[in-house]
Amino acid sequence: MSATAPAESAVENTGSRSTRVLGAIIAVGTPLLLLLAFVWSPEDDVMQDAVRLLYIHVPVAILTYVAFSLTAVGSVAYLWKGSRWWDTVAHSAAEVGVVFCGLTLVTGSIWGRPTWNTWWEWGDVRLVTTLVLFLVYVGYLAFRRVPADPGVRARRAAIIGIIGALQIPIVRYSVQWWENSTLHQQGSLTDGKLENLTLFTWFIGQVVLGAIFLWLLVHRFRVAWLEDEIDTHGLVDALEERRAEAMVGVDEAVGGPVDGRIPSDGGQS
Amino acid sequence: MTHAGYIIAGWSVGLGTLALYGWSLIRRGRNLSRQVPSDRRRWMTSDD
Repeated sequence: MSATAPAESAVENTGSRSTRVLGAIIAVGTPLLLLLAFVWSPEDDVMQDAVRLLYIHVPVAILTYVAFSLTAVGSVAYLWKGSRWWDTVAHSAAEVGVVFCGLTLVTGSIWGRPTWNTWWEWGDVRLVTTLVLFLVYVGYLAFRRVPADPGVRARRAAIIGIIGALQIPIVRYSVQWWENSTLHQQGSLTDGKLENLTLFTWFIGQVVLGAIFLWLLVHRFRVAWLEDEIDTHGLVDALEERRAEAMVGVDEAVGGPVDGRIPSDGGQS
Repeated sequence: MTHAGYIIAGWSVGLGTLALYGWSLIRRGRNLSRQVPSDRRRWMTSDD
């Protein structure tokens, strides 16, 4: 058993020093956030304790915008430079964004039941535009799985990624543009109506969930990179491996190396 | 605490989903890393 075996096996993952630092921030920050959200922060005069859902719902909603904006940036950069790195960024951010967007819808629905007495309201423009945003990026991910030439698929996906991100300002400002068609309130975090500890708890929630978002994004990027490496180099590697195996088999059959050289005994043995 | 069921459900779904997604990424990363030489894993060639 080699002394280096543990070290070699330890690197067979997508972790690195930066992701371990992020992991440490998450490990410390999550219990702090839970204490702030459930114990130390006050209840709201109107929503009572249901306000505690703000500290997860609002951060994941903001991070959804960040994720899909990053997809758009990666898509534009890919179309401009043709860089595989940017295409992988766009793809990874879209998948993480779909997870966060789904959580925005679910946590919002759970929050809506005690606050508005409904799980879902089709007449609410913020809810419907967020659902459309979610479905567009689910479609983006589905499109990326369609078998096609990688370059063509990446270019078309980039166009979808850019068009999808145009919805972000519509979702963000829908409650102002169609203020009579929504149950959502406007600018509750910035209008000065929230208590300081409520704002601080939201800020910690944003930091902790932001660290989780970044950790997921980095790992998702590396998984996508590995998948691409296997797709690109897998066939070449397999051919080389088979060729090496075949050469070993021939060596054994003739009793010497088959590389064009004459054995030192002139092939008499 | 008022609305305790909704609050716990919302947080459990949120953090639980993120934990499951993170775990699935780690598993996929481990499986794929075994198939790719370390010199083709960009993050293995720097201190980041």
